[in-house]
Amino acid sequence: MSVANRPVHRPLSPHLQVYRPQLTSILSILHRATGIALSVGVLYLAVWVVFASASVETYAKFQGFNGSIVGRLVLGGWLFCMFYHLFNGIRHLFWDAGYGFELKDAYRSGWIVVVASLVVTAISWIVGLRLI
Amino acid sequence: MNSDLRSPLNRARGLGSAKDGLHHWWAQRLTALALIPLVIWFAISLVTMSGADYGMVRVWIGSPVVMVLLILTIVIGLHHGQLGLQVVIEDYVHKDGIKLALIVAVRFTAVFFGLAAVVAIMRIGFGG
Repeated sequence: MSVANRPVHRPLSPHLQVYRPQLTSILSILHRATGIALSVGVLYLAVWVVFASASVETYAKFQGFNGSIVGRLVLGGWLFCMFYHLFNGIRHLFWDAGYGFELKDAYRSGWIVVVASLVVTAISWIVGLRLI
Repeated sequence: MNSDLRSPLNRARGLGSAKDGLHHWWAQRLTALALIPLVIWFAISLVTMSGADYGMVRVWIGSPVVMVLLILTIVIGLHHGQLGLQVVIEDYVHKDGIKLALIVAVRFTAVFFGLAAVVAIMRIGFGG
């Protein structure tokens, strides 16, 4: 066998499915999922200002959807994505700066992110619904 | 046993990285940092604006400070989203043609929606 055809024995990392779900991996996947949702959300935000620049009637149609059950669930869900991605993003920036890599710290910051995003989302929903 | 982990073909080609990764990484972090105060401001505004009618929304968007902050939020948000989606596409789409098409489509969409939003905000602010 010539050198060019010889297979290279690279080390393989274990596949995703052999791992038991852990807080750290779940939060990592959730960061990506909420990021994708927020990318759609920011397009929706652009659509919102475009509708606001149009006539009252056009804007009313748009607001009609936002005020519906589906619309409120989407906006409320989007608010959670925003807070989760914000708090977990700050956690990522600390890692980028070299802090919080100990397993104990990674778990502690993970739980802080979970609790903070749930609490802040709940407060936002309560305040928002009271103002409607 | 070969201690070099590159394939013979890769070694022969002598191609390394495209030297473009650091810029992407850095831009993603800078936009993230900028978005922290912007998103907090926007979330508070969104919640307190619940139930606001057409007139109130337009007065709010059209005030100078809001115009600046809202344009920053949307443009930097789109940039950050585009960078993130590019990484997701690069991770999961392995056919070169489709991968490139998706990355280009995401960029075009971001620029189109961004410009549309900026024009709309300015129209409201300057009374067009």
